Amino acid sequence: MNAPVAIDAASDAASRPLDAFDMSDPRYYQDDTYRPYFARLRREAPVHFCGQSAYGPYWSVSRYKDIMHCEVNHAVFSNEIGGIQVEDQPANLQRPSFIRMDPPRHDEQRKVVSPIVAPANLANMEPLIRSRTQRVLDELPRNETFDWVEHVSIKLTTMMLATLFDFPFEERGKLTYWSDVAIANVNAPDAPVHSEQERFNELRNMAEYMSRLFEERRNQPPKFDLLSMLAHGSSTREMPLREFMGNLALLIVGGNDTTRNSMTGGLLALNEFPDEYRKLLANHALIENMVPEIIRYVTPVIHMRRTTTQDTEVAGTHIPAGAKVVMWYVSGNRDEDAVEEPDRLIIDRKRPRQHLSFGFGIHRCVGNRLAELQLRILWEEIVQRFPMIEVMGEAKRTYSNFIHGFRSMPVRIPN
Amino acid sequence: MPKVTYIEFNGTPHTVDVPVGLSVMRGAVDNNVPGIDADCGGECACATCHVYIEPDWLDRIGLPVPGSQEASMLSFAAVAQPNSRLSCQISMTEALDGLVVKLPEGQH
Repeated sequence: MNAPVAIDAASDAASRPLDAFDMSDPRYYQDDTYRPYFARLRREAPVHFCGQSAYGPYWSVSRYKDIMHCEVNHAVFSNEIGGIQVEDQPANLQRPSFIRMDPPRHDEQRKVVSPIVAPANLANMEPLIRSRTQRVLDELPRNETFDWVEHVSIKLTTMMLATLFDFPFEERGKLTYWSDVAIANVNAPDAPVHSEQERFNELRNMAEYMSRLFEERRNQPPKFDLLSMLAHGSSTREMPLREFMGNLALLIVGGNDTTRNSMTGGLLALNEFPDEYRKLLANHALIENMVPEIIRYVTPVIHMRRTTTQDTEVAGTHIPAGAKVVMWYVSGNRDEDAVEEPDRLIIDRKRPRQHLSFGFGIHRCVGNRLAELQLRILWEEIVQRFPMIEVMGEAKRTYSNFIHGFRSMPVRIPN
Repeated sequence: MPKVTYIEFNGTPHTVDVPVGLSVMRGAVDNNVPGIDADCGGECACATCHVYIEPDWLDRIGLPVPGSQEASMLSFAAVAQPNSRLSCQISMTEALDGLVVKLPEGQH
């Protein structure tokens, strides 16, 4: 779709000096031009130092197995020292959350919320998710162009969030808004907030609203929703305001944005590979295998960042203590040494779950099986209803180096 | 060749040969035993090859070392029990011939 840009990117990626590579620039992801750059980094500088960027100096790790190495060595690669994004949170506006903690605090808080995605609870949620999905799909127009992001992806994931938090259903749009606030790049023209202070203020408003619900749940017997779990958890019931803000934002973004973008990116990918779409329509049993492949192909989180606690080595390259290390999931998931024909969507790929999109190690996505469940139901209901849904124009991507998202995608469902 | 029996959550048993030196996880995956996902491929990094060791075998196999990566990964699984192990961390030996493991309701 972006052929001219892609050609420029390929030649630029080939000719640019390696020390001038800075993959933290959000335009690579908004323009979808990042791939040839990472292909070269994987080949020539798999552990790469960028001395100057908008976010200061940082190291890039771009190969699957080297990312795995960092993921499992959490004592060396800390989440607590500097957080999880190449961009630091401003010192006076920090919002701790359990993904920004190391053991033991991380472990204690994670265990408070992880039962919400226990296998039995997922089975309980399935009928509700299915009936909502059916309703959303049945309301879609036929033979006219509409925005898939607004009418399907956001609708479904917002309802899911409302259920996870047992949030007032008619007010659920607030959750999506706060999610967008939490991940926005404040320099993007279409961002809902335009400064870190503004973001902080909006998230404080979120915390104030949520604290009323939190207090109610605390005074009620424990229930199976995230707020009740936090309100009754021994390591979370007395959180300071900023930690409450941080953990809520983590759970809202984690429970929403990534799945939203996989719902959009999956349909786009199937349009890019129409043979795969035909394969799916001919054999609906492939959905189980296709869902993790979509999550790999889309890679909804672009990177995660760590900070070294000591001098260390990754793939033979020395990295000093206190360094910012960026693990580029978008690159590891396209690593030819880990995934066969990585730039293709192959819905019946072998071992489709061996991808980095959920991360690995102690910070691995808590909701990974819930995300898969939502996507599986969506596609099961789509293939029963519709012929091939057509992408009608350019999918507009998010200006971000962290969330690999879509703002809009025009589609049409033929009669 | 030593054998391992995997019992699915619904009770269905699968007895397969697992070569010495291979992990109990690999034995399941290579023989398409349902219920072992093994997302990370054996790096002890995802906890989706979770099994319950039958009591008779627990002495020989042992529990994860407290504070180890395996122990912390297991501690996040809502369905973990005192006899839980990650099957990628159990290497097959002749002494484990006849091992029986049960699979949890789901891997996550």
